[in-house]
Amino acid sequence: MEEKITLKINGMPVEVKKGTKILEAAKVLHIDIPHLCYHPDQRVKARCRICSVEVVGKKRLLAACATECWDGMEVFTDTKVVRDTQRGILQLIMADHEENCLTCPRNGNCVLQHLCSRFNVLRPNLTHVAESIPVKTTNPSLVHDPEKCVKCGRCIRVCKDVQGIEAIGFAGRSTGLKVTTPYEEEFNKTDCVLCGQCTVVCPVGALVEKDDTDRVLDAIFDPDKTVIVQTAPSVRVALGDAFGLPDGSIVTKKMVSALRMIGFDKVFDTNYGADLTITEEAGELIDRLKNNKTMPMTTSCCPAWVNFMEKHYPDKIAHLSTTKSPMAIFSAIAKTQYAKQENIASKNVFSVAIMPCIAKKYEAKRQELTQNGLFDTDAVITTRGLIKLIKYIGIDFNNLPESEFDNPMGESTGAGAIFGATGGVMEAALRTAYEWMTDKPMPTLEYTPVRGFEGIKEAQVEIGGHNLKIAVVHTLKNAALIMDKLRDGKCDYDFIEVMACPGGCVGGGGQPVTTTFAATKERIKALYTIDRSSKLRKSHENPYLKKLYAEFLEAPGSETAHKLLHTHYHAREKEFDFSK
Amino acid sequence: MIEDSSKFEITDELKSKIEKILDNHYHDFTQIVGILLDVQDEIPQHYIPKAAAFYIAEKLPLKLSVIYDCITFYDALNEEPRGRYPIEICDSVACKVNDNDFLLGSLKELLGIDFGTVTYDGRFTIEKVSCFGACDRAPAVRINKTVYGPLKTKEQVRKLLEQFV
Amino acid sequence: MQKINYITENFGKYDVFSIDSYMNIGGFQSLQKAIDMEGEDIAAVLSDAGIKGRGGAEYPMGRKWSQARAVKRPHHCVICNADEGETCTFKDRELITNDPFNLIEAMVIAGWAVNAEDGYIYMRAEYSHLRPRLINAIKQAKERGFLGKNILGTGWDYDVHLYSGAGAYVCGEGTALIRSIEGKAGRPRMKPPFMKQSGLFARPTCINNVESLSIVPHLLHDAVPYMQAGTKESIGTKMVSVGGNVNKPGVYEVPFGITVRDIVYGLAGGIQEDHKIRLIQFGGASGKISDDRILDISYSYEDFAKNNLIIGSGSILVIDERTSVIDFLRYTQDFFLHESCGQCTPCREGNRHIRIFLEKIKNGTYTDEDIQTMKTFARVMPMSSLCGLGETAQNALKSAFDVFPEVFASKTQTEAVG
Repeated sequence: MEEKITLKINGMPVEVKKGTKILEAAKVLHIDIPHLCYHPDQRVKARCRICSVEVVGKKRLLAACATECWDGMEVFTDTKVVRDTQRGILQLIMADHEENCLTCPRNGNCVLQHLCSRFNVLRPNLTHVAESIPVKTTNPSLVHDPEKCVKCGRCIRVCKDVQGIEAIGFAGRSTGLKVTTPYEEEFNKTDCVLCGQCTVVCPVGALVEKDDTDRVLDAIFDPDKTVIVQTAPSVRVALGDAFGLPDGSIVTKKMVSALRMIGFDKVFDTNYGADLTITEEAGELIDRLKNNKTMPMTTSCCPAWVNFMEKHYPDKIAHLSTTKSPMAIFSAIAKTQYAKQENIASKNVFSVAIMPCIAKKYEAKRQELTQNGLFDTDAVITTRGLIKLIKYIGIDFNNLPESEFDNPMGESTGAGAIFGATGGVMEAALRTAYEWMTDKPMPTLEYTPVRGFEGIKEAQVEIGGHNLKIAVVHTLKNAALIMDKLRDGKCDYDFIEVMACPGGCVGGGGQPVTTTFAATKERIKALYTIDRSSKLRKSHENPYLKKLYAEFLEAPGSETAHKLLHTHYHAREKEFDFSK
Repeated sequence: MIEDSSKFEITDELKSKIEKILDNHYHDFTQIVGILLDVQDEIPQHYIPKAAAFYIAEKLPLKLSVIYDCITFYDALNEEPRGRYPIEICDSVACKVNDNDFLLGSLKELLGIDFGTVTYDGRFTIEKVSCFGACDRAPAVRINKTVYGPLKTKEQVRKLLEQFV
Repeated sequence: MQKINYITENFGKYDVFSIDSYMNIGGFQSLQKAIDMEGEDIAAVLSDAGIKGRGGAEYPMGRKWSQARAVKRPHHCVICNADEGETCTFKDRELITNDPFNLIEAMVIAGWAVNAEDGYIYMRAEYSHLRPRLINAIKQAKERGFLGKNILGTGWDYDVHLYSGAGAYVCGEGTALIRSIEGKAGRPRMKPPFMKQSGLFARPTCINNVESLSIVPHLLHDAVPYMQAGTKESIGTKMVSVGGNVNKPGVYEVPFGITVRDIVYGLAGGIQEDHKIRLIQFGGASGKISDDRILDISYSYEDFAKNNLIIGSGSILVIDERTSVIDFLRYTQDFFLHESCGQCTPCREGNRHIRIFLEKIKNGTYTDEDIQTMKTFARVMPMSSLCGLGETAQNALKSAFDVFPEVFASKTQTEAVG
């Protein structure tokens, strides 16, 4: 039995589990104690002090995010001293904050803005002390505007505790305290892999993605362009968050309608690309197994993971599958076979990808993913970017009619959908690889050992005489554990799936800022629901894919397929290379 | 002029010195503050060049952001090159009420430099620091770990500086 | 005036680089005594002597040791906080300079008393010139079997490690100090967990100031002179660092109960050029201030408390009439503005704005609203800051509100009077 304790908040009794923090206990009473640095998925920081509350018997105020309740505790969240403190802290922050809310990317969903409104923080009697600090923008994904930073440290925690990267950290002290990359380098020169998790947890507009929505609208307004859009599986289960729907709501068909109203000429599905990736990757796995090529093979559909390998484990690049990601593979086909079929010049196809990810923006700019000087993917916008577009166009999202993806590249299987969840790529690949190696369908289509939120999942699958050892990993901190094993020669897996973000793409760095582990888990459930309700659940059974192979690509792993659907990776240059 | 720290190149000699310091600290990353202090002592301009920070990060190993945080957080660690004899002038109350302004003025006048500049020969810089616990010798300065004070006349300051010429 | 050398008894009596010389004057005999005692009894000796932490926090030392012993988790450690950074506090410097072996002996006794496996001395970078003598003392103590394996045949292993600070006042705060030893920037963390439960490297940690520790071997040797000194509620002696505008700044050992006048005009030789006293700050930058009405008050915990002052680290900073109250406050504020670690909002931003308000007062450009806002933040900041630095940074200012209200007088009033 869990020990329960009773306390009073503003005179109201509440019973909570022992160990509950005041802030969480207040939630039970529907009291929202203001907070900035607190995040439900992170360790206590107790740094912003906005959650300071009065506790009877204590001389000082206590941080509600950090203080465990005790039996008989009496808390007040609404006394004069609490208000003076909370409002005072907001005033202090605002005096050191760039005051350009109207032109801030987080205008409307900024935690600080919301708190200032709530506390009626009018122009305080404090000298405005904010100094102008250069904005870091020289990468395709991430924008860091330190002048908006409230030094809450959420980004630092996610970068360190979840990803194990520590590309950003605190530096300096007192009023000189900064959240920064070492030596204030641009992100591409640092350990950063552009996973974007910092942009999800940042309460303000200090860390945001690079906005590409204007470029997309420009293309839509350009009469010469055929603007096609693909949407990643994880977007359709997260988009509803922004419109007040419960976590994990499936809004695929409304999303398709919205995209048409925004003005996209064709609305396609990244899941189609995912089916193609699976087909090629399963083929690649079998080839590597049979021909004793570099093993284990790891997935390569997660761009932050690829960045991670290129930056941190360049000696292990050969382990990455050469198969392009679903987004890239989709765009490669769109600019070639699809353009040809529709009789449009490749340069007039504008390929937009809606991704739960900001590293995809970097991926789209890779020179390896161009043909004849044209990028395969012209623009990547995130789930958050899509929300902005929907709001701009002024649609009542929840009351939109439903509609279907366009064909051919709107057709997909359940295997393509589960790509968005940790373990999904593995499960999808197994479904196809198993069938190809044994000529029999996998006995358990829903392969549960690779499902769930555990950081590292391992299993062994008996396939046609092979005892395939697999591992499924999410977050780069866990990935580093596996890669260190590989470096030490102690890794005997055959196939490893890695997703950089917690929970996979559903918890991606381009997802709504309301994303938490709890929301991510609901999104994963939703993806499995989509899979279960799909008529086709194995990638290689996608009818349009079969047609594509028959008419254009010949067979998985063929020369054409290799040219179009596979890529390569390279070690990144270091600022200081001491090995020379 | 203070030399450009970005031009600093890490020599094999410095590499081996750093290796030795790391050995002395058992390659224990928790001893980074001590490591950085020791490395700084090996650099004539009493600072941690960026290249050295990268080198330590790679060899220890430790995340560069932790090292950068330490260098920028602690007063005794410096990111930028200084004079070979950095003059740290105590700027706490005890020294202030003992007219450290006069001392500072004398230093500036005798050396012909201000904060953030170095004497033409690379010998001296002047830096304001927090109380270094020599209030019984106020107004005081500290040069390469030795405290000098009280320095109440220009003549005393001149004599002090002559020691380093 | 009574002259007393209790904590400073060994000063100048032995060669600080020679353990033999130290042992010739009775060194390490207290350790011999200690290992025949239960840790609880050692803690009781400290409690009987009423020793309060001499770094400034004034926590009862016997209770601290007793609580540390009671923590059942393994791998206890002891830390000696030699990061004295309060302005005008330099007594620990004198103790390390003149009696390093006594400190090492105290560290071993502390380790024994709380069942520790390791001891750490964290000394501020500004005292790095004292490192050789501590390194030497540790080395020689190890050679003689007072440190290391199986100390004095007890089967107990214990080592002392010397760590250097790197110029950060906030590292005198316990949680910041441990972070610094752990190889991070010294920014304090939330308590709980408390140090005694989970401190350095998550080990149970007992942290003591240099002076607090230095008393211990003397007490075990002969407590009587200590117990006879001082007042009923403040037993014994205290190391005070006197500085500012006095003729003879320095460190003095005084019995509690001596008057402030005897310290300032007696030991410290009075005020430079016979100026009048403007104010005195006790206990470092984080201490409170008074005017010369304090001179005839006895220097003791009880009388200081009655006068809304704190003994703290034992620093006595005397400012004469040549410096104005507002200038003094500006200087003090500059110190905190430089030394705040910056991670929590009230301290990072509060210090900055209070500094701005003080500047306005100095220049006469303030409004009544400024005074009100400043007073609000001077109240809010200590209430809500994460650590002791933010909590105490406005002590001088807040006491100035009471002692020198005229400095903060309303403009409308001033004009009416003027």
